[in-house]
Amino acid sequence: MQEIKLSGFGGQGIIMMGMILGKAATLYDNKYATLTQSFGPEARGGACSAQLIISETRILYPYLTAPDILVAMSQEAYEKFEPTLKDGGVLILEQNLVKPHNHEGRVREFAIPATRIAESLGNRMFANMVMLGFVCAVTGIVPKEALIKAVKDTLPARVLEKNLTALEQGYQQGMAQLEQKR
Amino acid sequence: MGENRAILTGVHFWDGDYACAEGAIAAGCRFFAGYPITPSTEIAERIAQRFPLVGGTFIQMEDELASMAAVLGAAWAGTKAMTVTSGPGFSLMQENIGLGAMTETPCVVVDVQRGGPSTGLPTLTGQQDMMQARWGSHGDYEIIALSPSSPQECFDLTITCFDLSEKYRVPVLFMMDECVGHMTERVVVPEAERVKPVSRRWYRGPKNAYRPFKPDPDGVPPMVRAGQDYRIHITGLTHDERGYPVINAECQHWCVTRLVNKIRDNAEKIVMLDEYQVEDAEVLVVAYGISARVAFRAIEEARSRGIRAGMLRLITVWPFPERRVRELAAQVKAMVMPEINLGQVYLELERVVAGRCRTRHVPHCGGWVHDPKDIFEAIMECTR
Repeated sequence: MQEIKLSGFGGQGIIMMGMILGKAATLYDNKYATLTQSFGPEARGGACSAQLIISETRILYPYLTAPDILVAMSQEAYEKFEPTLKDGGVLILEQNLVKPHNHEGRVREFAIPATRIAESLGNRMFANMVMLGFVCAVTGIVPKEALIKAVKDTLPARVLEKNLTALEQGYQQGMAQLEQKR
Repeated sequence: MGENRAILTGVHFWDGDYACAEGAIAAGCRFFAGYPITPSTEIAERIAQRFPLVGGTFIQMEDELASMAAVLGAAWAGTKAMTVTSGPGFSLMQENIGLGAMTETPCVVVDVQRGGPSTGLPTLTGQQDMMQARWGSHGDYEIIALSPSSPQECFDLTITCFDLSEKYRVPVLFMMDECVGHMTERVVVPEAERVKPVSRRWYRGPKNAYRPFKPDPDGVPPMVRAGQDYRIHITGLTHDERGYPVINAECQHWCVTRLVNKIRDNAEKIVMLDEYQVEDAEVLVVAYGISARVAFRAIEEARSRGIRAGMLRLITVWPFPERRVRELAAQVKAMVMPEINLGQVYLELERVVAGRCRTRHVPHCGGWVHDPKDIFEAIMECTR
């Protein structure tokens, strides 16, 4: 069983990331997944997080105890949730939006300028897709093919190509970083 | 979307609200009237998107009083009808839910519960409308209320709600909560031919012999469609089997005891329970909705320490599963009931257990679910 916390601020597509990861696991990787979310009443800007459990067996208790993977796309989210991350867990940061403290080997840390990459593709809205591809590469939480299928049946066809490009760029960066760490 | 657009056969990753909407459509619901309110709005949105594809009618009404009235009217016009709301709207619907009980109108009312009283916590969870579900409208009547613990159950049990409402001619209340409504999980929708919703019990005798409140042997009268050339009278006043007002004690006795007994006498057939590790249990957690999911963690923890804990999950909350609770109360040392209120269904548990075993309430005021530790500690306390 893996517990994943995705966090940032409203408008970054945090819940959408949870939805796509959960869909990939449930529909295309034959696993169980439970997605819960918390967000403020405001549509954009408020703190926002999605909690996902992926498991081989039926999930009884639906909430996280201590995440194995934390994705933080804002400083606020990082400060708030980093202490809950399991020892030896994977910490994944939006490089330009989060300034991390020294974790002294407590966790494995990865970072990607997801928003910058998305902007270079024409719209910062793709940042969550860049991040999704990156998460997929560095954690292997779902197979890449499953993730692509989940993206395809979640997003409208007219925006698909750009989003899949964003996903691929994040994925490649992730694979490159993994290679470097080896 | 496939051949059958009403039933989306396959595996989905849906939240409870979506699953509830799809369950309603699969059950054959084709009329919806409602007024948007968090955290139930997604059900209305989904139905508004989907109804045009299946020939349903969606009306956003001016308020919840009108919504419930429209649902009753649609049911008498011959359709399966529903509304969805949350606490404040549920309060406004009570008068017409009572009218539905009195006129024996099949329909489904979904309450995605949030913290109350009053406007309370619009975006955060609660289970505080459970007694309102039981007693919310004035006068004596019996109601049926179910509570789901997962998106899959939001789909399955919405169909069950419609089935029960048709079978017993009574408004059925679907008591969801914000957590289950906004939780996303695998939902399996079966093949269309395997979904077999209960159809309305239509009257088939001669026109002049129809009595809208003359029960069949099981206590439930058959229906006709309004406008089908039957001369019928439907009223909230105490009425005889023709539906005509008769304002005296004899008719009141006949009319109201029947409303109550058609549910009480069939309680055993209506009640649905889920039993988990009950066989050897010394402490039994009794829970419903999201609280049952949370309690699983406490039960696992207790089992890991050698405490024989189990769960009786109430799928049907009203009528209360009296017989089974009494049976189990004689078998276990204690029953522990977590619910997200300060003591509602627990009072009923206490009444039915009547001292056969210890009972312990684990209250929570709403806004979030229990810490499983609190439930675990209550279990441990009961073993001492």
